[in-house]
Amino acid sequence: MPDPSFVFAQSVSGLTTAMFLFLIASGLSLIFGVLRVLNFAHGSFYMLGAYAAFQFVQWTGVGGGRFWLAALAAAATVALLGGLVERLLFRHLYGKEELYQLLFTYALVLILSDVTRMIWGTQQKSVSRPPELTGALSLFGATIPHYNLFILLLGPAIALTVWFVLQRTRVGRFVRAAALDRETLGALGVNVDALYTWVFVIASFLGGLGGALISPMRATTPGMDTEIIVEAFVVVVIGGLGSFWGTFLGALIYGQVLSFGILFFPRFSIFAVFALMAGVLIVRPWGLLGRPLK
Amino acid sequence: MLDVRDVRKSFGGFLAVGGVSLRVDRGQIAAIIGPNGAGKTTFFNLVTGHVRPDAGSVVLDGRDVTGLPPHDVCRLGMGRSFQRTNIFPRLTVYENVQAAFLSHRGRGRDLWSRVARLYREDTLALLDALGLLEHADETSGFLSHGAQKQLELGIALASEPALLLLDEPTAGMSATETRETIRLVEQIARERALTLLFTEHDMEVVFSIAQRITVLHQGRVIAEGTPAEVRADAEVRRVYLGERR
Amino acid sequence: MTARLARLPWGLLVVVLAFCVPAVGSRFYTFLANDIVIWALFATSLNLLVGVTGLVSFGHAAYFGIGAYTTGLLMKQLGVPFGLAFPAAGVLAGGVALVFGFFCVRLTRIYFAMLTLAFAQIVWAICFQWNEVTGGEQGMPEIPYPSFDWIAELQMPLVGGWRTAEYFYFLTLIMVALCLWVMRRIVGSPFGRMLATIRENAERAEFIGVNVRRYELAAFVLAGAFAGLAGGLFGIFNRGVFPDFAYWTKSAEVLIMTLLGGMGTFYGPAIGAMVLILLNQQIVAHTQYWPFVLGTILVILLFVFPGGLAGAVQAAARRVGRARHA
Repeated sequence: MPDPSFVFAQSVSGLTTAMFLFLIASGLSLIFGVLRVLNFAHGSFYMLGAYAAFQFVQWTGVGGGRFWLAALAAAATVALLGGLVERLLFRHLYGKEELYQLLFTYALVLILSDVTRMIWGTQQKSVSRPPELTGALSLFGATIPHYNLFILLLGPAIALTVWFVLQRTRVGRFVRAAALDRETLGALGVNVDALYTWVFVIASFLGGLGGALISPMRATTPGMDTEIIVEAFVVVVIGGLGSFWGTFLGALIYGQVLSFGILFFPRFSIFAVFALMAGVLIVRPWGLLGRPLK
Repeated sequence: MLDVRDVRKSFGGFLAVGGVSLRVDRGQIAAIIGPNGAGKTTFFNLVTGHVRPDAGSVVLDGRDVTGLPPHDVCRLGMGRSFQRTNIFPRLTVYENVQAAFLSHRGRGRDLWSRVARLYREDTLALLDALGLLEHADETSGFLSHGAQKQLELGIALASEPALLLLDEPTAGMSATETRETIRLVEQIARERALTLLFTEHDMEVVFSIAQRITVLHQGRVIAEGTPAEVRADAEVRRVYLGERR
Repeated sequence: MTARLARLPWGLLVVVLAFCVPAVGSRFYTFLANDIVIWALFATSLNLLVGVTGLVSFGHAAYFGIGAYTTGLLMKQLGVPFGLAFPAAGVLAGGVALVFGFFCVRLTRIYFAMLTLAFAQIVWAICFQWNEVTGGEQGMPEIPYPSFDWIAELQMPLVGGWRTAEYFYFLTLIMVALCLWVMRRIVGSPFGRMLATIRENAERAEFIGVNVRRYELAAFVLAGAFAGLAGGLFGIFNRGVFPDFAYWTKSAEVLIMTLLGGMGTFYGPAIGAMVLILLNQQIVAHTQYWPFVLGTILVILLFVFPGGLAGAVQAAARRVGRARHA
């Protein structure tokens, strides 16, 4: 029987992973819910967020709240990029076959991964934690870094914010309506094109923010993009394509399965995750909290 | 030939078809009419197996086909054409009809023969009967609406059905095209001894060829009988008062 | 003139030319040609699903990987001769495709694609982590070539005196040509026509008596089996089998080749494989940013030539034909 404090530590670690994944996967889920496209390039936005954060920190350092500014700036940069991509390129593919849209997002993955390499090279980059959060907390015999705690709190905070916006604001209602019936919404006079662009922008912001915030915890390397996107797919599938809380739930489940999987079945942890994804698709394709696609 | 008993279907609380029974004898031409939303297409879908009924039974030529998937129902002798043109757009007209022959005659499992010349005579003969012979090598997606509807009919006929269901066969056609199509349908039905069940909005068409009419309204049968009986029925007149063409 | 051009036995010509490569080219050209030929088979097998039946699979590399590991394992660890190990790749890959496909064909569109991806990642994960059998992350290096000594004993003029790698190239060429011929027959058969009806209009296909799920599963199994055969060849050619054979980016690669060449024609994917591999060679010689170039090409393709190269050629031929008739 493993040490309870160790189990607790693993659980917390799983939760932290889950919150990161939620941040990233929520953007993916948003794009899928409204635009009905699985955006392979979302992992690339995450990666760009991390690199951009690194770059900003290089220029300004991490002290005095500058890390947070850098993170926000990084997310904003990625959001801008996302908006441009949607506006100039992606929007012309809306009427075409799904396969073309999917492959376009994959083309973005290829292009962005090399652009990253061109600018920053292939060496690992790292970002130090902001000095405000370098300490650690001792809880139930486990040591939990303050930064992890921050992430643990940030996740639900963002979830609640997005949920609030979607449910209680006018814009949010438009977004939900667009997810259900784009044409009718357009007929009602709403500028659906602009709405789509904004959805893309916000989703990219979330992805970039995820990347920026994870940079003190994980090494920033090329290859981050392809690694994370498959994880995000798993989360979104388990929770339900297009369901916001489903993504949250999916992230939680994924985080726990992965951390305990590594603990008890280290050799099959990766397998377990994909088996879970396949299982959900076989038994309940629209995920735990999703609704069947029309 | 077709004996439908008390079929029922709800879609999430909305009762689309609520206990409809229908009988069509062999060789008869029967029609189902009713205002929009009366449940005609849903009823068709229930009969052909596209949708599973919540209750009731569908018996085709003595065989219970309730809830069987469409491909099985088709093999047992039921053919169908669709309201919205449902063809194979990138295949040629010839290939569209030939495909139905190939499937019906069990050639689908053949992985080796070259497909081009199989059932060529039968396919061309059917195209000729429909007046589509000159378009045989054209891509079907580029055909005019009327020609596509003819092709629809052709595909359904190539499955060599005993019972043919036609879902609004003259929808969107001009008066001339409508007359031509109906004449054709009648002729083919006679030649091949088909049993016909169709739905239509065009009352002229219905009253000109149907031998038996069932009237649906809000998922229920409100009248049934010969054209004369139905025309005289008070309930039918009330329901249709706003729908005269 | 164009009609007469079309009637030339292009297939035969290409095969004959391909056979000549070791004679006129360097070892490097033989290597390239071998690579192209194997990927041509892989891409054409995928097209059976995507272009013919209309099923977009994002996990086709799984069967490629299974085939490679099967042949590799059999030949390296168990000393099984190529004559058995090669077909085994197809059989095992087809068998797995039967199991995976059974679940996949019950889903549509994006869910189908996601499940094919999930299954492929499962295969990858098993290859990556099952150290005893697959060699884990390191993979299985040094897969032996099949034995070609018996050819020397034949004492035939043209046939003797080639290097092992070249013999393997000839063998690959023959195997792939056979597989492509079989696939061509399948696509041009009544069965293939039924698949086309599913692609064009699955609902209508149901109503002409086609059991759509069963046909899709059959297509899935065939596609998987041929991909397995391609994998079996590739493992030997590559002198080693590695887990990334089944990783999703490999599935994306072969999907791009298929698109590049043209999903609407039979030989499109094979042409796409050739163009992509040659292009890759050229670009990589000058810059390390091949993914960037590939991504850009893909974007151009999607916006301007969705029918791929073969599609563009067909469209041009049609325009020329129309101009002449005008």
